[in-house]
Formats: sequence, C-alpha cells, structure tokens
Amino acid sequence: MKYKTKEKLISVGLLSPTIIGLGIFVYGFIWRTIRISTIDWNNITNMLRGIENFVGLDNFRNIFTSTRFITGLWNNIFFLIFFIIGSLTIGITLSVFLNDKPKGHFIFQNIYLFPMAISFVVTGTVWRWIFAPGTEDFPRGINLLLTNIGLENLRWGWFTSTEGIGLFNVALIAVIVAAIWQFSGYTMAMWLAGLRGIPEQLIEAARIDGASKWQIFSKILFPMQKAITLSAVILLAHIALKAFDLVYVMTGSGPRNVTDIPAVFMFETTFRSNRYSDGAAIALVLLVLVGVLIIPYLVHSFREDS
Amino acid sequence: MNEYGSKKYIIYLIMVLAAAFFLIPLYVMLATSFKPFAEASMQTMWNLPSSISFDGILEAYARLFPQLRNSIILVVPATLISAILGSINGYILSEWQFKGSDTIFALILFGMFIPYQSILVPLVRFLQSIGLYGSLQGLIFVHIIYGLPITTLMFRNYYSDVPSALTEAAQVDGAGILKTYRHIFLPISIPAFVVVFIWQYTNIWNEFLFAVTLTSQPSQQPITVALNNLAGSQVVQWNVQMSGALLTALPTLIVYIIFGRYFIKGMLSGSVKG
Repeated sequence: MKYKTKEKLISVGLLSPTIIGLGIFVYGFIWRTIRISTIDWNNITNMLRGIENFVGLDNFRNIFTSTRFITGLWNNIFFLIFFIIGSLTIGITLSVFLNDKPKGHFIFQNIYLFPMAISFVVTGTVWRWIFAPGTEDFPRGINLLLTNIGLENLRWGWFTSTEGIGLFNVALIAVIVAAIWQFSGYTMAMWLAGLRGIPEQLIEAARIDGASKWQIFSKILFPMQKAITLSAVILLAHIALKAFDLVYVMTGSGPRNVTDIPAVFMFETTFRSNRYSDGAAIALVLLVLVGVLIIPYLVHSFREDS
Repeated sequence: MNEYGSKKYIIYLIMVLAAAFFLIPLYVMLATSFKPFAEASMQTMWNLPSSISFDGILEAYARLFPQLRNSIILVVPATLISAILGSINGYILSEWQFKGSDTIFALILFGMFIPYQSILVPLVRFLQSIGLYGSLQGLIFVHIIYGLPITTLMFRNYYSDVPSALTEAAQVDGAGILKTYRHIFLPISIPAFVVVFIWQYTNIWNEFLFAVTLTSQPSQQPITVALNNLAGSQVVQWNVQMSGALLTALPTLIVYIIFGRYFIKGMLSGSVKG
C-alpha cells in the first residue's frame, strides 16, 4: 500500500514512545550491563562513586571458575531437558485425548490449565511444603504419605538431597516436577489449537484405511504438528533459563548448590553480595543462551510471515 | 470416543490420574487454609480439616491486606496503559507498514524474551536517579515498559486478520491514520482488549523478579513479595502460610475460571504467530 510522507511521519510518531522506551530500557540497558561486566564493580563503593576501571574479561573469568556457577549451569541444563521432555509428553498426550472430546473434556482441560494462571511464588510455596522431607521420626510431605501407606523405604531427601547421578543433582527432581506441573498445560493448549486445524477427513480417511490410533498419531498428527512442537520446545527452553521465581521461592540454591541456577546466582551475587560486575557477567551468559534460542526463532517466524 | 472400545477406560484412567496430579497442590492449599490452628501441623497435612475454620484466612488477610491493595494499585494502571499503547503499536505495525517496520517489530518483540537479569542493575540505577526506586509508581512504570512487546504482538496479530479493504475504504473516504483507528479499529478491538487485559493482569499480578528487586519497603511491596516473606518465616502457622498462598492465587484464579477462554487465547498468541 502506498501512502504519503505525512502519514509515514504520523506512524513513526505514534510508535516513537515504544521505540524510545524499549530502545533505552532493553537495548540501552543491555549495553550498559555489557559495560558493567567489563569494569570493577564488585564492591558497592566503586559503584556508588562511579569508578569505572576497565578489567577486560576478569569478571567472566570469575564466574566461569566459580564452582557455584558451573554447578548452576549444569543444573539449568538438566532442568531444561527434563522440564521440556516432561511438559511435552504430558501436554501432547492430554491434548490428543482431549481432542476426541471425551465426556467432561471441558472440565479436564480447565484442570490441566489452571496452574498457568497462578504465580510461581504460590506454586513454589505449596510445592516446597509438599516435597519437604522432614526428619526420620517426623516425616513431612510426600515422605509422610509414603510412611502412611507403608512405603517407608522409598523416603528420601527430595530437594535437600546432595546426591547426584553423574552431573545431575537428584534434588532437582522436585523442582522439575513443580515446573512440569505448571507448564504442561501450555504445550497442551498449543497442541490442541493445532489439532483443531487438522481436517477431520484426513483422520477419517486414515482410519478407513485401517490405521491404528498410534499410527494416526505418529504418522499424521505428529509430523503435521512439527512446527508447533518446535515452537513449544523453544518457548519452554527459554522459560527454563529464566525460571528464577520458582527456584528462588521453592528451594533457593539448596545445600551445596544442588538446586541453584544462574538466574538465582545472578540475583544473589548482585543484590546480596553487591558484586555487580560478576552479576552482570552471569546475566549476559543467560542473555546469550536465550538469544541463541530466540533470535533464530524470531527470524524464522518473520520469514514465514512475509 | 467409541472407536476406542475397551481402551476408553484406560484413557479415562490416565486423564483422571493427570487431573489428580494437577489438583494435589490445590488440595493441600485449600485443606490447610481452612484448618484450625491446632490442626495445621505437618503430621496432618494430607488430612481434610475436621472442622472448617476461617482463622487462617482471616489472619493471612490481616497480614497481607496492605500488599493485596498494592497489587491492585499496581495492576490496574499498568494493564490499562500497556494495553492502550500496545493497541496503537499493533495498529500501526499491521496497517501502516513502512520500510523497516518489520525490523522494528522484531526488535520490540525481542524485549519480551530477554532474561530481565540482563537489564536489572541499570534499571535500578535509573529508577534511583529519577526518584522512583522502591516505589509502587516505579514498578507500574516498569511493567508498562516491559509489557509493551507482548501487548503490541497481541494487537498486531489481531489487526492482521482485519480485511485490508476496510482500511482502504476508510482512506478513500479521506480518513487518516488516527481517524481510521478511532472509527474503525478501536470499536472492533474489544475482544482483543479483553484478551490483553486478562493476560497482562495475570502476569503483572504474578510477577516476582521486578517486584522483589525494585521494592524494599513492605508498604510498597506487591503481594507476591509479601507471600514469599510470609512463607519464609519460621514463626508463622502453616494454615496462615497456605491461606496467604490462597489469597495470592485467588484474584487470578477467579479471572481464569470466568474468562478461561480469553486467557488461553492470550497464552497462545504469546508464541509469536498466534
């Protein structure tokens, strides 16, 4: 569509509060954080006095040689993988069941989705209570439930456990369950929206040809929903990297950092220890990880659009 | 469902088990909230209350009331303003595209994916310099700014479905950008506004990272921060803690129950293409 210079000016003018606002608050501030990550603001005095001594990559060296950061990074990777697998499996399964509109499907759907409407702070508070292990004599939460049904032997430390399988800290399981609980409805809703768009005749034709339910799922539905599944994976992965609230409220960094993630480490480094430059370095590592996921995703979405 | 035959029951069983899993935290929260003080102990956490007591709820309400009010003061203007700006942005970006407008849109969108840790320290210092750090006004401002990407996206997606003949007809009639918006787009935007309002309301109500870093005085904190403090305290009774969780969850839960359909729409449009 062609239009006049005057209208172009009005368009840009109307967008300008947003362009300027986000220009400063997103890009300007990221630039500023990059700057902070290269100076010596690891004590409050330098920050307050505005002393900006360039230290190169020292802060990045600090964090990459910190055991806590490396542990947190691994935790975040395991968290991300199991969170995605769990949310996809549960979400996709439930969406396929719901798509056949069984009796009561509307109620079921609402039950599966309601956690999306609740704050991670609420979720974290309640799940912390459920997973709290208690003591040998006074078991709590799930351990109490296990004791009540005679399965004492299955009791363990949940998120306080410092054991690991390879690099995977088993304490993370509790956090992963809570996160899956909150987000499998998201995958379910995305898949369900996609399934509603698949023509009925296609499924019907396959059925007449004698395809089983599983064949219909694996040969027709899953391939057709590939783009949606990929979107879900990317969005869930970026949520996993940003999962500050849940971990902070539910477990914190835990004994020997078994449930720590960089987002929590950054917060404590910056606002508890006043090591602003180390905090900035951690934040930038997170930003790069999110960017690696999201930028190709955005570019791809736009290509398809135009 | 008939084609499943006997498998139908297995599918129902899985669906019921899944529902039980999703309801466990809700059960624990509700059962504990309504227990009298004497009963709210670890040993009885899985039991139903023997009698319904409102002591926990009343106590939690008394403790959290100031922050509950703060959350309302925060959510209303932040939701309204970010929605209105998003509507204008979405209108321009979908109906009045110019060279580079798609790039601008992509750059706007990126803002909703960044981990906010990467802007937090400059943000704190900026708010300190303009005297808004630690105040509810500062938090409102921050939620408006960082809410713009998602509201812009939602409205742009909504307006892209409006037939372009409508805009062209308006142009032929001599209506400019603003008139076309006011007389054509704004009146048909109500469903989009409902979706955006619900989405922003829910997200801002539930938000924690900005809230905990940008407010330090209890008098300025929203409810999520107050709940975290309440639940982190060793001396507060369990039924009060769970009641606090319930009070924090209820305002968004009620909206979800009433407007679930719109909430899901908002959720889906967050995945860029919508």
